[in-house]
Amino acid sequence: MFDALSERLQTIFRTLRGHGHLTESEIRDGLREIRMALLEADVHLKVVKDLTEAVRQKASSDEILKSLTPGQQVIKLVRDEMVAILAQGGEATLRWAGRPPSVILMAGLQGSGKTTTGAKLARLLKSQGRSPLLAAADVRRPAAIDQLKVLGAQIGVPVISGAPGSGALEVVDRALREARQVGRDPVIVDTAGRLHIDEELMTELERLKEALAPVEILYVADAMTGQDAVRSASTFHARLGLTGVILSKADGDARGGAALSLRHVTGVPIKFIGTGEHIENLEAFHAERMVSRILGMGDVIGLIEKAESVASVEEAAHLARRLKKSEFTFEDLAAQLDKVSKMGSLRQILEMLPGAGALKDMPVDETEIARTRAIIGSMTIHERRNPEVIDGGRRLRIARGSGTTVNDINRLLKQFKQMRKMMKAFGRGGGNIRLPGPLGGARSFRR
Amino acid sequence: MSAGQDDKTPSRLERLRQGLRRSREGLLGRISGLFGGATQSVDWGEDLEAALIQADLGPGAAARVVEAVRGSAGATAPSWEGVRETARRILRDILASPPGAAGPGVARPRVILCVGVNGGGKTTTVAKLARRLARDGQRVVLCAADTFRAAADEQLRVWSERVGAEFIAHRPGADPSAVVFDAAAAALARGVDALIIDTAGRLHTQDPLMRELEKIVRVVGRQIAGAPHEVLLILDATTGQNGVNQARQFLAAARVNGLVLTKVDGTARGGVAVRIVQELGIPLRYLGTGEGPDDLVDFDPDDFLEGLLPSAA
Ligand SMILES: Nc1nc2c(ncn2[C@@H]2O[C@H](COP(=O)(O)OP(=O)(O)OP(=O)(O)O)[C@@H](O)[C@H]2O)c(=O)[nH]1
Ligand SMILES: [Mg+2]
Repeated sequence: MFDALSERLQTIFRTLRGHGHLTESEIRDGLREIRMALLEADVHLKVVKDLTEAVRQKASSDEILKSLTPGQQVIKLVRDEMVAILAQGGEATLRWAGRPPSVILMAGLQGSGKTTTGAKLARLLKSQGRSPLLAAADVRRPAAIDQLKVLGAQIGVPVISGAPGSGALEVVDRALREARQVGRDPVIVDTAGRLHIDEELMTELERLKEALAPVEILYVADAMTGQDAVRSASTFHARLGLTGVILSKADGDARGGAALSLRHVTGVPIKFIGTGEHIENLEAFHAERMVSRILGMGDVIGLIEKAESVASVEEAAHLARRLKKSEFTFEDLAAQLDKVSKMGSLRQILEMLPGAGALKDMPVDETEIARTRAIIGSMTIHERRNPEVIDGGRRLRIARGSGTTVNDINRLLKQFKQMRKMMKAFGRGGGNIRLPGPLGGARSFRR
Repeated sequence: MSAGQDDKTPSRLERLRQGLRRSREGLLGRISGLFGGATQSVDWGEDLEAALIQADLGPGAAARVVEAVRGSAGATAPSWEGVRETARRILRDILASPPGAAGPGVARPRVILCVGVNGGGKTTTVAKLARRLARDGQRVVLCAADTFRAAADEQLRVWSERVGAEFIAHRPGADPSAVVFDAAAAALARGVDALIIDTAGRLHTQDPLMRELEKIVRVVGRQIAGAPHEVLLILDATTGQNGVNQARQFLAAARVNGLVLTKVDGTARGGVAVRIVQELGIPLRYLGTGEGPDDLVDFDPDDFLEGLLPSAA
């Protein structure tokens, strides 16, 4: 899997340190690893081909061949290519109609998460001062209308549905009239899930589009989708002209390679990602975070880059390795904290961690860092390397030495333990990670 | 497989075939283009690998199949038909290997638990299973243990009426294992033949929710001997390689003993199921072939492989 990719590449490229240049066959081996990893991450075969070809061409440049860290350079090339695909055209925001109400049509396969996502979007827009209206045009799935009504009530957004037995067209008609009458904007239309090869239902969507003239047709795609993602999305796009994608269920551990494929093949920008079952779990899409996730490395590369300016490459690579193996000790933490000031604010470092989107608004206490440094400073080297030995007596001594309290020591030890755990998860490239420790206390955000 | 001849009624099989035929379209043109019928292709290994990867078998498993085909193909450049046949045989061996899960057992009431990630088709599959049993004259209780998703209970209630099953639910937000407890008690008291439990969709990475599932298994097991007799993991056929992680976690939490691949009426070929069968030993039991209550067929390796590696015709 991709966790190991950078390490495998290191191995492949290590030999070249000896003779000072990359050979064709080394590049080929490296690209084979990259290809496997991308496929494992569910990136579409054709997209993988395009990507590795682009990287192969660039990797043959002199600059990279002669670089001291070709392994890292090649991973960086891959990452940059991927970011370029996903970030194309800049930040993807919602469009608005010249004359309200703006209509947002939700579309997608069965079970992709349209209903929940529609409600999440309504909540988000409401929190930004809009007054959305939800239209329950999924008249097929049992209780889909009830589901939207319950969600609408939860977030205080009215839901328009049809009389029993009415079709989707009647529902949206009604919703449009209502929105104009009472001045609601936008109208978010939930539709029944359908297969892209279901001729009858795809035609129904085209009719809905005609009737509604939506400014946005958002395709909700499951982050866990495999190779078929491209085919279904392309068909929806060909029939409807999608304006955006929302990647749902991205809170799991799926690499989400489908995101890259969708973007590359359809050119439709990803506008949001769903990060949990709760109604507030909808976030703006960040290309770089997504790439880190697909690569399964957290933003180890980002950290390496940053660290390069303040530390040697070796040191940074060493740290990244330790992070993954969770051999992280207080010595590492102290070294990190020392560099933190040189690398920028804590906030910036936080941004580089995977899943940090959920932590955006978290308070970061810079004085905590000073305290933490003092505490570590009062530990013996043995204690720094083996925090388990720090018993009651030692805690008292450290507290005295650092001018803090035993409570502070207890807290730091606990945070440190959590941190190690997190580092391990981070190494594994999991989804949302709650960042504990001196970097602040995040709230849990589910159920 | 279980449940006998009834599954081979032309209508149901026809539905599956229709689905499979559709899924064939995209790949087929490409493959026959590549192979030009029976001509030799030096690169057949690459082509086979590409076909398998696009069927979501994953790069590792695809490479292993290609190797196995190479091993038995000998030195001569084979025709696509030959390659496909060999690959199918290898895949058939994998799919058939796990000792069949709980067969049509004698337990009464027989308890079936459906689990899986969000939106995979759990509730619909519960209804389809109930329909199948009800058609055989069995009495079935459906249990709405999804107390989390908005209107999940109502969805199952509507289905219970459509398929002629009894229905037990609590208020939204209730403890799911409490509903299961009551449903098991009701199933026992009423002397029904089967209890089918619908659970909330959950991502396998959510620890508390996986523990909730463990509790459901414990609770129903205490009330009814050997329950749950069948634990079915409902997997959307469009799922990519993450399906293996899903299966691993659900297996650990709820001792899954059968796999249901849903939405095979789409164009996805569900190749990750091969990995799940091979790596985790969970047998494939059913395929979901549409949104209607009758759209469920017993898993048949040959039908499934026809979708995975279509013949060039
Ligand atoms: N085409 C097709 N659609 C299916 C199939 N099985 C289920 N669906 C559809 O998939 C959607 C989701 O199905 P549900 O049964 O609600 O899925 P679930 O797993 O219970 O969903 P949650 O409880 O929300 O996690 C519905 O629109 C179903 O009609 C199938 O075999 N083929
Ligand atoms: Mg359900």
